[in-house]
Amino acid sequence: MERYYSKEIECAPREQLRAMQSERLVSQVRHVWDNVPYYRHKMEQAGVSPADIRSIDDITKLPFLKKDDLRDSYPDGLRGVPAKECVRIHSTSGTTGKRVVAYYTKEDIDLWETCVARALVAADISDEDVVQVCYGYGLFTGGLGLHGGAEKLGCMVLPMSSGSTDRQLQFMEDLKSTVLCCTPSYAAYLSESIHERVLSDRIHLRKGIFGAEAWSEDMRASIESSLGIKAHDIYGLTELSGPGVAYECSVQNGMHINEDHFYAEVIDPDTGESLPLGSKGELVITSLTKKGFPLLRYRTRDICILSAEKCACGRTFVKMSRPMGRSDDMLIIKGVNVFPSQIETVLIQQGYPANYQIIVDRVNNSDTLDVLVEMTAENFSDSLSKITAKEKALVAELKAMLGIYANVHLVTPKTITRSEGKAVRVIDKRKI
Amino acid sequence: MGVRQISVFLENKSGQLAHICRIIADAGINMKALNIAETSDYGVVRLITDKPDLTVRVLSDEGLVCRCTDVVAISVPDVPGGLADVLELIARKNISIEYMYSMMGNDGKSHAVMVFQTEEPSEVFAKAGLDVLCGKDIGISEA
Repeated sequence: MERYYSKEIECAPREQLRAMQSERLVSQVRHVWDNVPYYRHKMEQAGVSPADIRSIDDITKLPFLKKDDLRDSYPDGLRGVPAKECVRIHSTSGTTGKRVVAYYTKEDIDLWETCVARALVAADISDEDVVQVCYGYGLFTGGLGLHGGAEKLGCMVLPMSSGSTDRQLQFMEDLKSTVLCCTPSYAAYLSESIHERVLSDRIHLRKGIFGAEAWSEDMRASIESSLGIKAHDIYGLTELSGPGVAYECSVQNGMHINEDHFYAEVIDPDTGESLPLGSKGELVITSLTKKGFPLLRYRTRDICILSAEKCACGRTFVKMSRPMGRSDDMLIIKGVNVFPSQIETVLIQQGYPANYQIIVDRVNNSDTLDVLVEMTAENFSDSLSKITAKEKALVAELKAMLGIYANVHLVTPKTITRSEGKAVRVIDKRKI
Repeated sequence: MGVRQISVFLENKSGQLAHICRIIADAGINMKALNIAETSDYGVVRLITDKPDLTVRVLSDEGLVCRCTDVVAISVPDVPGGLADVLELIARKNISIEYMYSMMGNDGKSHAVMVFQTEEPSEVFAKAGLDVLCGKDIGISEA
């Protein structure tokens, strides 16, 4: 039998939801107009005022927010309330040096945790469960997001954070974890480790909540059978709160968007034109209730399809397909967002040419990032220690910028593959 | 009175060193010494040739990264303890050595030649009583 965390909302008639969205949009636009000069200016430029927004149908009159807006308004140009009213920040990578900082009021955290709790209940998780959270804790939203939702639901939470596989397995066995929350690739890696150590009989997992990176139905089938669990997808972005913007029900075919808090549209990424439900396009999300970081019409750059078909689970929330790609060049490596422009910024700062190649692969279910950099006369020396010292500095700066480790390879100048005179910047060898 | 050494960036790919040697050979350049310092990804090839300027030119023309630096060549008696004596002398003078390697002698005498890279000028070696060689001594024809 399907279980719900907030049945009256999750299964509300569409008209009722629509009315709620209209009311919330009108008040959110007023809040943003009054408190976020950056967006107010954008609205003025577009010739729109709060008076023009009378229902959810008017949303298309509003200008888009892009990742570049988040960079330009760094660090607090899009904050919707005084810092005093914020209780937390999270942060994700920007397109270049500056990161994106998202602000949360107490209420924002509460609604985020509610969204996550709905996701957990939709996966048939309850306060009887022991939830092992192996997403990173900290600026990344994965750890604290799943943690908050599971705690709200009354589960016993193991705040493991990422890494330390030995310790993960020890706790999983000794504390009888029943739910695993991590990236799908880490789930696959843990599963392999469990089989290698012949621990299967001592593991009590029954559910998995996996997100933050791309995965496929094949990968789901393989994780489900090797761990003996049901694996559920979860979607979210730091800009919009974190995981829990959308979640999978027992049907496991698309993720229901928490439509009382997030309004979803799909647009043509080239023209910005709104597309009808069922079309493949870029997902645009409006935060209807968040006050700390109230983004209107935020372009997620994720390509997906929205569907309003009736779901067998009884929920009336629109469903989004799993993201099918990106409309920009962002890479998701080990669940971390990486932009080639970030790597370029570091290379230039460190005195290397902006002629580089990024190779992403998945080895033993773990993503790898290799960066090929051309040697220059200026960086070259007859002393190997001087070259390796510079190389180490580059690796450290890349780690600081990206948050993940990159293998740097120095190569002979002009040997990086070019096609039609343009260097091929990114080679993604992962078969997901 | 240093000796000029050419260093070349060498990616760790098969055939790279052969490629460098062939470029040098085709230019009619004679190699006097070769030393390689490497990591798993790349190396630095250090060469002493009879025509350092030409060597740099032909390698650069092929798109290779190279540079010319001065090193100190010292004659070492070809007897047991020959090198130990030299190194002890250097240590006593507190001269720090970045790297060193041996090369073939060119004087027909029973001497070996050691090449040193150091921050110190070659005069310091001479003052220490070592037999410092000039380019001509080891067969470098360019001035």
